[in-house]
Amino acid sequence: MTVDTDVRPLVSMRGITIAFPGVLALDGVDFFLRPGEVHSLMGENGAGKSTLIKALTGVYAIDAGTIEVADEERDFASTADAQAAGISTVYQEVNLCANLSVGENVMLGHEPRGFAGISWNAVHREAARHLASLGLDLDTRSPLASHSIAIQQLVAISRAMVLDAKVLILDEPTSSLDRGEVEQLFAVIRSLRDRGVAILFVSHFLEQVYEISDRITVLRNGALIGEYLVEDLPREALVTAMIGRELDELSALSGAAERAIDRTGTPVLSAEGVGRKGVLEPADLDVFEGEVVGIAGLLGSGRTEMVRLLYGADKADAGQISVGGERAKMHAPRHAIDRGIAFSSENRRAEGVVAELSVAENMILGVQAQRGWMRRLSKAEQDAIVAEYMEALGVRPADPTVPIGTLSGGNQQKVLLARWLAMQPRLLILDEPTRGIDVGAKADIQRKVAQLAAEGLSVVFISSELEEVLRITQRLAVLRDRRKIGELDPTEVDLDGLVDYIANAGHTERSATR
Amino acid sequence: MTLLKHRLFWPVAALVTLVVVNVIANPNFAKVTMRDGDLYGNPVTILRESAPLMLVALGMTLVIATRGIDLSVGAVMAVSGAVSLTIIADSPDPGSLGTVTVAIVVAVLVALVLGAWNGFLVSVLGIQPIIATLVLMLAGRGVALLITGGAITTVTSAPYKFLSNGYLILLPVAFFIWVAVVAIVALVERRTALGMLTESVGINPEASRLAGVRSRGIIWAAYMVSGLLAGVAGIINASNTMAADSNNAGYLIELYAILAVVLGGTSLMGGKFSIAGTVIGVLTVTTLDKTIQFFGVPPAQSPVFFAVVVVIVVLVQSPRVHAWGRAASARMRRTPSSGEPPTGPGAASAAKKHEEVAA
Ligand SMILES: Nc1ncnc2c1ncn2[C@@H]1O[C@H](COP(=O)(O)OP(=O)(O)OP(=O)(O)O)[C@@H](O)[C@H]1O
Ligand SMILES: [Mg+2]
Repeated sequence: MTVDTDVRPLVSMRGITIAFPGVLALDGVDFFLRPGEVHSLMGENGAGKSTLIKALTGVYAIDAGTIEVADEERDFASTADAQAAGISTVYQEVNLCANLSVGENVMLGHEPRGFAGISWNAVHREAARHLASLGLDLDTRSPLASHSIAIQQLVAISRAMVLDAKVLILDEPTSSLDRGEVEQLFAVIRSLRDRGVAILFVSHFLEQVYEISDRITVLRNGALIGEYLVEDLPREALVTAMIGRELDELSALSGAAERAIDRTGTPVLSAEGVGRKGVLEPADLDVFEGEVVGIAGLLGSGRTEMVRLLYGADKADAGQISVGGERAKMHAPRHAIDRGIAFSSENRRAEGVVAELSVAENMILGVQAQRGWMRRLSKAEQDAIVAEYMEALGVRPADPTVPIGTLSGGNQQKVLLARWLAMQPRLLILDEPTRGIDVGAKADIQRKVAQLAAEGLSVVFISSELEEVLRITQRLAVLRDRRKIGELDPTEVDLDGLVDYIANAGHTERSATR
Repeated sequence: MTLLKHRLFWPVAALVTLVVVNVIANPNFAKVTMRDGDLYGNPVTILRESAPLMLVALGMTLVIATRGIDLSVGAVMAVSGAVSLTIIADSPDPGSLGTVTVAIVVAVLVALVLGAWNGFLVSVLGIQPIIATLVLMLAGRGVALLITGGAITTVTSAPYKFLSNGYLILLPVAFFIWVAVVAIVALVERRTALGMLTESVGINPEASRLAGVRSRGIIWAAYMVSGLLAGVAGIINASNTMAADSNNAGYLIELYAILAVVLGGTSLMGGKFSIAGTVIGVLTVTTLDKTIQFFGVPPAQSPVFFAVVVVIVVLVQSPRVHAWGRAASARMRRTPSSGEPPTGPGAASAAKKHEEVAA
């Protein structure tokens, strides 16, 4: 708990309190951010991290407390105000204009001007330069929406760095990035830190937190637990501080990868040569009953694209899909749902939550859609579903009548998971299901998936977190450059082997264990 | 406090204020008299004359909830009025109940087909709602003129006239018609899952699609209901004047309907809708119309008067204005002398959060 005071804080937040109807999101929290440091804000889902950030940047007004920036008391009326004061923020949910180009998004509001107004060539040149600093080589004139959520995240980060900021706030910037990109981002963060920028970092990846931070502040239930230097806070102590009890993360899961799968019968899902021009080269994939199949690969390798074709979210133009041995046409999500397949998208905000509807309505949406509008779920049936999953997944706040949009990111994810589980599918496709989920809940979700699979549910599991993939899958399909390059048995590779395979195998190998 | 937060508080407050102002200015405004066992008077007239707008606004509410808009409702009213009156006029026995029934059924079916056409353009062909329904808005009145042969068809038919001018128990038939239709629509929307699925499609179409919601059918249905209700509105309207005036029937009603929906608290961005809110919105618009008559505003100035009141009502309902109001009053209380900016705790922050939630 030693806090060196030799450096004067650039940002001092004292006694910050924010109450929402029914929730005390922050309760007298102190937080100090010093120049030239990377300071991680840690806490469970709903602990108040994003709220503290939004208090600093003027998105929410505070109910009590003071905020000082550069020794001056401030109360920013808007994010624009905060930006003008040198505070640049990347919010948790990517918040860009999807229909503008990448370049326009990066430079929005800071477009270089020539004689005749904005010089678009200069905009794109500048944007490309900023993107390059993150190791990104993108066509700056392509629409943002045409890129994956990870690329959008990186664009948001580049955008934050366009401003010559004294404070850079990154709320879960790495949740959709893979290792290479995280390294690139960290390199940029370090160089900014060395130039004296104060950096506030939020992530649920403990490795990353330990790799990049100098200092850690822990919140729990809206209250400050403490501020620590990173070397004074071992990992177990951090977790205990966050969740208020000790956590045995992995024990419950050990053995999931070794579980024997009977692959002699008819696969639950069988894809032969399924592909789509420019999206995915024709690929095969079988998923058997009770099996968890992981899909691994770098960003942009076609993981999400592949499962979207399987689900009918996008239409395949090659190959055929059978479900339970029967040829199935997958031209719309409904076709997949009717055959017992559910798909949780990686893009929570755009493709998951229905923000103004309540938590309960969001949970039952899938079941209700399947039954059709005429056969409304009775109040009792709704309550049963809602009560079961609120409890099983530990959604907080535990009030199912609030709009889902008011929940913290991680809790929204849990509600969406409940939506799919409530449909009782035979095959569940999970694209980054633990993104933005705190350590405790992550272990809960992994355990839940393993348990359901042991009971016979088939799962296709995508995660950028390779440890997680290795831990809970029984088979791994590896993609590279929008092509399936092979399959691996997770009991036969370790993390390094997998990383190596993902990075290099495509060049030399024909097909691995298949 | 919870009352203040209720989503219908401000719409109701606006309507009540409007009525109170009227009654203070002219006590006759609220006068109701009994004649031959029926009620008469300005409030009764408002309930009766609300009928066409009520039906149209109800359909509009559902369309708006899907992120759409239906500009063709006025034209559909004209077509429906033209169809029904032409059938009655061409019949050998315009006064018979059978003729009138046939006329009404055919007119409503035609309106339903027109609604289905709109829905087809929007949900199947993916045409922007404003453009898709503009087609019929422009073409519809031409069709109506074609049906009536370019003239204003007038008829004498007691059963048909009864729809708008008759009385049931104490109150006008037209009032009972709209109450019944509101009840049916509310029941269908909230007793089935249609309402929730409609809101879901309006709020996040892509998430809804991935969850397996049949958005196409839901959007299509909204336009069909809107067409159907506009058809009924057209019949009541024609029954009021007993004439099919293709140029003036339902003229600009689409805009008044949109206004009523918004006054009722349903956002033009789609999503959450409130049927009760729309009912209140319609009553507000109709009352305002009567206010203009009662105050004797000259016709030339009445649109301006109408607009001014609408602006006031909309401002009074705006969450942002509420926030400013609270911030200003808090500042007055806190700093009697200096004009210090509102920092720290207090109402300003509460206000900003309110806005956040409402947004
Ligand atoms: N606009 C809002 N309206 C009502 N409640 C809110 C709102 N925003 C946040 N909350 C509540 O405040 C609490 C803190 O949320 P916050 O988003 O700060 O959590 P977080 O620490 O960022 O969590 P996560 O790791 O899941 O992102 C939660 O209980 C949340 O439900
Ligand atoms: Mg957060």
